[in-house]
Formats: sequence, structure tokens, C-alpha cells
Amino acid sequence: MPHKQPPPRKQSINMGRGTRKRDEDSGTEVGEGTDEWAQSKATVKPPDQLDLTDAELKEEFTRILTANNPHAPQNIVRYSFKEGTYKLIGFVDQLAVHFTQVGNLIPKDSDEGRRQHYRDELAAGSQESAKLVISETEILEEEEEPKEVEAGSQTDVPIVEASQKVAEEELMTPKQPKERKLTNKFNFSERASQTFNNPLRDRECQMEPPPRTNFSATANQWEIYDAYMEELEKQEKTKEKEKTKTPVAKKMGKMAMRKMTSLESQSDDITKVTQAAKIVERMVNQNTYDDVAQDFKYYEDAADEYRDQEGTLLPLWKFQNDKAKRLAVTALFWNPKYNDLFAVGHGSYDFMKQSRGMLLLYSMKNPSFPEYIFSSESGIMCLDMHVDHPYLVVVGHYDGNVAIYNLKKPQSQPSFRSSAKSGKHTDPVWQVRWQKDDMDHNLNFFSVSSDGRIVSWTLVKSELVHTDVIKLKVEGSTTEDLEGLQIHTVGCGTAFDFHREIDYLFLVGTEEGKIYKCSKSYSSQFLDTYDAHNMAVDAVSWNPYHTKVFMSCSSDWTVKIWDHTIKTPMFIYDLNSAVGDVAWAPYSSTVFAAVTTNGKTHVFDLSINKYEAICNQPVVARKKNKLTHVQFNPIHPIIIVGDDRGHVTCLKLSPNLRKMPKEKKGQEVQKGPAVEIAKLDKLLNLVREVKTKT
Amino acid sequence: MIGNDHAEVEETLKRIQSHKGVIGTMVVNAEGIPIRTTLDNSTTVQYAGLLHQLTMKAKSTVRDIDPQNDLTFLRIRSKKHEIMVAPDKEYLLIVIQNPCE
Repeated sequence: MPHKQPPPRKQSINMGRGTRKRDEDSGTEVGEGTDEWAQSKATVKPPDQLDLTDAELKEEFTRILTANNPHAPQNIVRYSFKEGTYKLIGFVDQLAVHFTQVGNLIPKDSDEGRRQHYRDELAAGSQESAKLVISETEILEEEEEPKEVEAGSQTDVPIVEASQKVAEEELMTPKQPKERKLTNKFNFSERASQTFNNPLRDRECQMEPPPRTNFSATANQWEIYDAYMEELEKQEKTKEKEKTKTPVAKKMGKMAMRKMTSLESQSDDITKVTQAAKIVERMVNQNTYDDVAQDFKYYEDAADEYRDQEGTLLPLWKFQNDKAKRLAVTALFWNPKYNDLFAVGHGSYDFMKQSRGMLLLYSMKNPSFPEYIFSSESGIMCLDMHVDHPYLVVVGHYDGNVAIYNLKKPQSQPSFRSSAKSGKHTDPVWQVRWQKDDMDHNLNFFSVSSDGRIVSWTLVKSELVHTDVIKLKVEGSTTEDLEGLQIHTVGCGTAFDFHREIDYLFLVGTEEGKIYKCSKSYSSQFLDTYDAHNMAVDAVSWNPYHTKVFMSCSSDWTVKIWDHTIKTPMFIYDLNSAVGDVAWAPYSSTVFAAVTTNGKTHVFDLSINKYEAICNQPVVARKKNKLTHVQFNPIHPIIIVGDDRGHVTCLKLSPNLRKMPKEKKGQEVQKGPAVEIAKLDKLLNLVREVKTKT
Repeated sequence: MIGNDHAEVEETLKRIQSHKGVIGTMVVNAEGIPIRTTLDNSTTVQYAGLLHQLTMKAKSTVRDIDPQNDLTFLRIRSKKHEIMVAPDKEYLLIVIQNPCE
């Protein structure tokens, strides 16, 4: 430690020496002390001390003391609004203030200073005046004393009085300085007071919490899609509303609709399960008749390969209904749109036992119960479904009436009905057929009846209007009446069929066994007549492919195939029993089926066997059951057969029965109507040749 | 007409119940609460709850794959019998049948 320099002031020289001495003393003491534990005090190097080499240690570093403030920034920049840029301030204040204290020294010359000085003087002045008074009295006393001594005691009393006065004054003056106490500017005491702190208290108020429920939902793709669809529907509805503002009738309709909907919502909830119930019923049935369904779809009789061109019919479902139990199946028709739906007309062929009729529509998906049920007072004899409007079914009744049922409407009554006024037939209607819409787009159908009339019915504004097309006259049977009128014996039409391509051409079969070829445009004459059968013609049917060929069947046990240009039949088949119905197969021009009253179904394929049936099978359990009608399904290889007990049986055709022309190696199989036509042509030509020869 | 619908549905349900092999039928509403049943209470409640969840899941699955598609029906075939569920907008129709194979 370097010794301190002795301070230059005189006073402190001694002190400095003294201190030095003391230092030395203490130093020596310390020195001695350090010697003792210097050894123990080895230089302890801190672990993070910088290691420097000797050269580096000896290196000299110059340190310059400047008067600059190390904390002052060197590059202050200020924004100059005048120039609009930042400017560097050159001179930076280097003044560093280390200590500030507000002092209370006032300069003498200032106002406050002078005032204070004046006050001090006053205070000092009173003291001095007191001192002067004292000093004066003392001088007076001194002067008076010698006078008094000289004068005698006369002046003693005044001197004593003076001295007393002086004493009093003396007493008085020291009091004044005591009273005039200087207030110390530095030494002041704070006075504070505190108000009473009120204790704090928390007050809380809470409302009843609003009721809460948990809400959760999923946001799946389909939920989003549904929301969009709803929006779309709403938009469309508003558009429709805008469009249909004017017509009042529509408004009324809407009102009715609204009423309907409100009623529905009020009704019992169970009606909403209708659709589901239907589906479930079908499912249940599918389960029960599972094997049948499987057969229908997949079973192909493998034994056909060994059967040498003969085929079989596999029974599938059986359709029957309690209500129609006693009624015979009088008509069968497959729906043109829905291939599993078919219509069954029930009535009675018995002249004596005439009762009510029923129209049932079954679906193959539900064999136990019909989809639609309609009942009528009179037996239904025939029915037809419109191709373009598959929900319109026209039926002909035994009492001569015709009626149209609309399947879309859930009514059990026909939408339109003919009556005696509107020209119904006077005998049973045996056949009805839809025609193309007429020029006014009105629905149009034809009917044929035993009263000898072929009538065209048109649906004009919900009324059936009839037009007699042809009256069937039995040729050569005009008799003269008394008055000379020629009375024609009217033939009874029992069946008719329209040509598929030639619109105006149609065939009519009669009870006498004749078949007339007629045209819609000629109402008085027939184009041609064929002496077909010995008994009533039960059915006539044009070939679906070949435009010239048609087929007829009759109760005289025969089925005949004709070429309409030739008066004699091409093929004749005797089936040992009255033939109820014949039908061409939709997939081939040479296949057809016939049903007889002995319960057998015959299937023929002319390309395979011209003379015999390739399938001859009893279809119903009891022999007494007479088969009345047969129909091929347009798509599936099945046929439905109706009998006079009200049962409808569905049968599958085995592969042999639906043979397609064999593919010759290397040749492509041509499919299509042309092939079918050619096939049949070939056969016909053969027959014709034979005929011409014979 | 509405009365007709009602009668028709009732008849359909009756027919289903009386069909060969059908053990029971029940109608369950959208919340899984059985409305109508031909089985005893505890069984019904059990079936209703479980099948309702399963149907919802199946429906969600079908629609997730294609939102324009929808579930028509659900069939669960087990060793002992077959459970058929036909969902509707608001209701679920459940039929338990013994297919008697």
C-alpha cells in the first residue's frame, strides 16, 4: 500500500504524521502478521483466470484518461423538420453528473437574502442596544460612583436606582434573546396524521346461471351435403312461388295440398313407416322363399344337356290371394316398366255364376301379398297397361263396361269408367288394347266385345268418349226383314291384336271361328277373312319379329300359325285339350307357349322341332285346374300362368327352351330382330314349298 | 285416404308378424324409443337401443362414402336368426326372423 502524501494544510501535519506513525505501526504489525501466514497464503489461482505467458504479462498497455463521458453516446441523430432528414449531432454533451443535491444557500444580494439579513440585524440590533444600555449604565455608574463618593450619599439612592434599573435591564435583555429563538431551517419534524382506515369487505352478487344444455353434433360429409340440398330446395321453392303467383286454380291446389300435409302430420305416426314396412315385408318374404329367389336368378337346369332338345319349366312362386280365391284368372299382363310387377285380372268365365271381379298387381319381390288391390262389381275379362304411362291400366268388364285405373292414385275405384250412357258394350268385353295417343294427345284404347262392335275410346278431359270403329258382320248372312232392311248377323268378337308396326292393321277373332284382318280406316269392310277354327277363337297374336306371321288358338284344341298373305295356316298343332291362351316369346321369333284346360303348358320352338312341343308339362297340382292365360316376361326367362282357381304360377324356362341360334365356328352370332325374321322365314319357306308341291 | 294408409300399414305389419318364421317385429322412433312391439319389454328395449346405434353408424358410413347414397336396409344374419332393419326418415322397423334353412 503506497503511503499517503501528507495533506498540505498546517493543521493536519501533525495529524498526518500521526497517522503515518500509526500506519507504520499498524503496517509493521500487519507486516509481521503477514509474514506469519504469508506462507500459508499461497497464491490461489481462481480456476477461470486467464493464463498469460510471461511475454504477454510484461506487455505494456497504455491507458489514456480522457475527460469524455464513457456513457455518453457518440452518434446522436436528430430529425430535422427543416431539412426533412435525420442529422447527426456533432457535439454530444459529455457532462456526467454524479451527484446532485438541492442546496439552500441564497446569495446575499437577492431579495430573500436581504430580507433575512434585515431580520438578523433587527435581532442583533436589539442585543446591541441592550448591551449599549448596559454599558451606558455601567459608565454612568462608574461616573456617578466617584461623584457619589464625593457628593455624599445623596446620590446613593439614584445610583442605587440606576443600578437597579440596570439590573432590571440586565435581567430583561437576556430574556429577549432567549425569546427570539431562531427556527432551524434544517431541522424540522414532520407531522402527519392518518385517517382511520375502514376495513375492506367484499360483497359479491351472483345471478342464477342461465340454463345450459350440452349440444353436440357431427359434421360429416353427408350432413354438409344435406344442408346444401335443403338450401337448394328452398331456393327452388321460392322460384316456383314466384312463377305460380297468377293462376288462382293452382293456389287452390296449394291450399288443398297444405291441408293435406297438415292433416298427415296430425295423423298417427305409424303411417310414416309404410315404406319401411313394405321393404321389410319383401325382405321377410325373400328369406322365406330364399331358395326360390336363388333359383329364379341363378338356376339353370343342367340336365337339359342330356335331354335332347326338350326343356322343362321350373316352378318358382305361386301367387294367390284369399279374396280372389274363387275367381278365375282372366287376364295377365306384365308391366312394361317394372319387370317384376304384373297385373292379374280376376273374373269368371262361367255364364251362370257371375260375381264380382278383382284386379291385383303382384310384384315378384313379394309373393305373399299383392301390391295393389282393386275390386269391381263385375268380373274383369281383360286388361292392358299403357307403354308410356305404366300406371294406367285399362280393363274390360263382363258387363260390357271399360274402366281405367290409375295406379298412382291410391283410390280403389277406377279413375274413369264407361257407362250405359257413354256407349258401353252390351256383351262382355274380351279384349282391350291401348293405342297411341291421338293428335290431341288424348289417351286412346280399343275394345272388342261379343256384341260385335270394336270401339275406340278416347279420354277427352276426363270423359270417355267412344267411337265405333267396326261392326263385325257375318258375311253372307244378310237376311231380309219384313220391311226390306238388310239385317246383318253380328259376329261376336272374342280376341284381337294390333300389328306392331303397321298401325292401322289388326286382327279380330270371333266366336264363329273366323279371323278378320281389319284396318282402322275401313269401318265397313274387312281386308281379309280367314276360316281359322271350328270353335271360338280364344286368342290371336302377331309375331313380335316377323311382320307377316300371326298365331291363333281356339277351344277346338288347335293352335295355328299363319302368314297373313296366305289363307291357310302354316302350322297346325293339336294339343288334346281346349287351348286357353297362346303367347309368343319376346326373345325369339320361333318360340311360343300355349296353355290348355288339362293343366298343361306347352312350349314350342319351331326352329328346333316343327311338329312337336319341346316342353309339355303339367303346371298345376290338380288336373281339374284349367289354365286360362299365359304371359312371357319381357326380360327374365320366366312365364306366368293363370288358372281358373285364381292362382298364378311363375315358372322358369329351362335353357333348352330359350335356345339362341348356335354359333358357327368363325362366324359371329348376329343378334337382333333381323335374325329372328330370317329364321322364321326359312321355316316358312320350307312349309310353303311343301304346300306348293302338294 | 289417410285412414286408408293407416289401415294398410297396420295390415302390412300384421302380415309380417304372421309370416313364416318371424319371431318379432318392432317400430322404433328416431331417438331409439320403441313405439310398437310384439316382444316383451326388456328384449324390445335392448334390441331398440343397440340396433338404433348400429343403424345410425351404418347410415353414416354409407353416406360418408357418397352423400347422394343412402341406406335402404340392414340385415344381420346370425347363427340363430336374422335381424332385418329398415330405416325410415323418422322411424326404424326391426324384424327378427328365423329363416329356417
